[in-house]
Amino acid sequence: MEKPSVVRSPWSVDRRTFLQSAALPCLAACGGALAGLANSAPLFAFPPPTEDDSQFIREARFYEKLPYKKTKCKLCPRECVIDDQERGYCGVRENRGGTYHTLVHSRVVTAHIDPIEKKPFFHFMPGAVAFSLATAGCNVNCKMCQNWDISQVRPEQLRATYAPPEKIAALAQQNSCPVIAYTYSEPVVFLEYVLDCAAAGHAAGVRSAVVSGGFIQTDPLKKLCAQVDAIKIDLKAYSESFYKDVVNGELKPVLDAILTIHKAGVWNELVYLVVPTLNDSDAEFQGLARWVKSELGPDVPLHFSRFHPEYLLKNLPPTPLETLERAKAIADAEGLHYVYIGNVPGHPAESTYCPHCKNKVVDRTGFTINGIHLKHGKCQYCRTVIPGVWT
Amino acid sequence: MSKPTFPPTRRSFLQQTFMLGSTLAALKVGDGSALALPSGSVDAARSRVVIARDAKVRSAASGFDSAPVARLLDRAMQAAFDCDSPVEPWKKVVRPGEVVGLKVNCLGGRGNATRPELVEAITERLRQAGITEIVIWDRQNSDLERANYKLAEHGSGLRCFGNDALGFENDLSTFGKAGSLLCRTLTQVCDAVINLPVLKDHGIAGVTLALKSMFGAIHNPNKYHSDAGNPYVADVFALAPIRQKVRLHICDGLNAQYEGGPSFMPQWMWPYNGLLVSRDPVALDYVGWKIIAKKRAEVGMKPFAELKREPVYIATAADAEHRLGTCDPKRIEQVEI
Repeated sequence: MEKPSVVRSPWSVDRRTFLQSAALPCLAACGGALAGLANSAPLFAFPPPTEDDSQFIREARFYEKLPYKKTKCKLCPRECVIDDQERGYCGVRENRGGTYHTLVHSRVVTAHIDPIEKKPFFHFMPGAVAFSLATAGCNVNCKMCQNWDISQVRPEQLRATYAPPEKIAALAQQNSCPVIAYTYSEPVVFLEYVLDCAAAGHAAGVRSAVVSGGFIQTDPLKKLCAQVDAIKIDLKAYSESFYKDVVNGELKPVLDAILTIHKAGVWNELVYLVVPTLNDSDAEFQGLARWVKSELGPDVPLHFSRFHPEYLLKNLPPTPLETLERAKAIADAEGLHYVYIGNVPGHPAESTYCPHCKNKVVDRTGFTINGIHLKHGKCQYCRTVIPGVWT
Repeated sequence: MSKPTFPPTRRSFLQQTFMLGSTLAALKVGDGSALALPSGSVDAARSRVVIARDAKVRSAASGFDSAPVARLLDRAMQAAFDCDSPVEPWKKVVRPGEVVGLKVNCLGGRGNATRPELVEAITERLRQAGITEIVIWDRQNSDLERANYKLAEHGSGLRCFGNDALGFENDLSTFGKAGSLLCRTLTQVCDAVINLPVLKDHGIAGVTLALKSMFGAIHNPNKYHSDAGNPYVADVFALAPIRQKVRLHICDGLNAQYEGGPSFMPQWMWPYNGLLVSRDPVALDYVGWKIIAKKRAEVGMKPFAELKREPVYIATAADAEHRLGTCDPKRIEQVEI
């Protein structure tokens, strides 16, 4: 999962947070800008952060009412049964008197303009910049989460900006972003907002791309597929035990979700974060590659990404390069056409190669596109169709 | 009878505190007295759990009067600490000069939250034991207000606020499967905490008593309800600041609830008219669990195990990894008065 530059907390008194907090109203006053802050150059014309919670609260779309004011969430496979005044596992949906609410509609806690390659999408509008945003919350709890300080907290524990869908679409346009990306935390838990932003974006000629763990029920996923243009799934591992012990989720529903996305015809890429000793066996790489080829075909891009120690897995080292190269070699040998190595800037496996003539058709270094050698979606050398959304 | 609003005004508390302070100075109360061990350090001896009950604690209007509640509390505390006077037990729990937190449980609103009358009685005894700084706290300001507590975020003496007032630490505390940010009320404000859960059922975890009530001290309780809360409830209580600061547990069983918790479900409440007191949260939870299970059996409800919500986290809390107390009936001294 990509890491945003900034997390804002109203209660942090460390220097970083103080500077962030101080910067927000100042920048808003100076021409109505919200900072991408310390590590991010763009300044967005957002209103200042707000303490008014009521504007973020909407009735949830995917749930059932149960007797005795209980509710059952139907958004993710967890199907939390929630008592009055309690929240689901995600922490951003709350039962209030028997009605279930999302607390994070239009509640943006971080927003940046990123290269689409950072998501990563390698076959979806290469070279484009994406207006990227997140709310608080997640429906799993990965021990290696890079963004736990926004994904594993409740919305009221972060400063947020009220950013209704039309505002997001307008900001994307104003900043020459052809794509809105829902990323950093887990878009499944702010699905209502994603759907509304995607609709507003399309009305303004802006596409939508989702970066998700894919732990979602079929019905809401189908509605998502009908609204967005690309979905990248972080497939955390190819074993149920990893999902149970490290992710606090389940593998099977994620595989089902990938199949649903594939059948819906939405552009899909897969990322597999390789965690040393936990999901880096040959058998897992091979099992994954075989499943992808047999269920999705050889043309779905598969990214093996380097892990960095974070959150609750600080005891493990970064993924050795040879492990990533081993994973790629296994997937290549199984017949997948587009296997990448991620989080290793400058590695040759960041680029896209024509599976027929082996020429480099998209030349990348890190998030930078050095050259695109495609013509109408075909290799300019041998005319082989390279699947993707190229314009 | 008018509904009690708690806490009292700052002025009245300061007046009492001032007068009390003079008395304490003259008596040198609490000087050098030995304190009870924090609950997370329960020793190998038997753990005492006192159950004090009195039907007269309830007023005619199905409410509670402060005086009988205070008398019940005194009986329970004196039995728990083998003391002859009402103030003496508190001197074994806290020292003058300490900031004492009273962790109430207000999730269920005024119907099944920690009763303000009980908190009022505890506050009075703490003052008499030389405590001048008391903080009543729970998850959120809104929870406290729904349970009829009056917020008082600032000033000195007696304060009352939720975790949203001060927020949470920036760094994670970890134990076992738990990784959480702890509220600053616990870590930075309170020197000692008295835990005041309610005797009630929990639809996921079986029961929510002393151990689980500390979910109110962390930023992410929603992450810890899988598998009937096991091992998360034990892991959270084992986080160092919690196990080190929580010294006593007084479970409010004046009104108890045997089904439908943690929300307030009046149809499943019963007038238990009791308090459970222990230094050992595991022993208290074990005894409380059995009380609720017995009531469920009496009214023909399915046992927790059959509903897949038996509170096995209680046994986890007692295991060699956690050592938070005992759930071995042979090592629990249950005293009923």
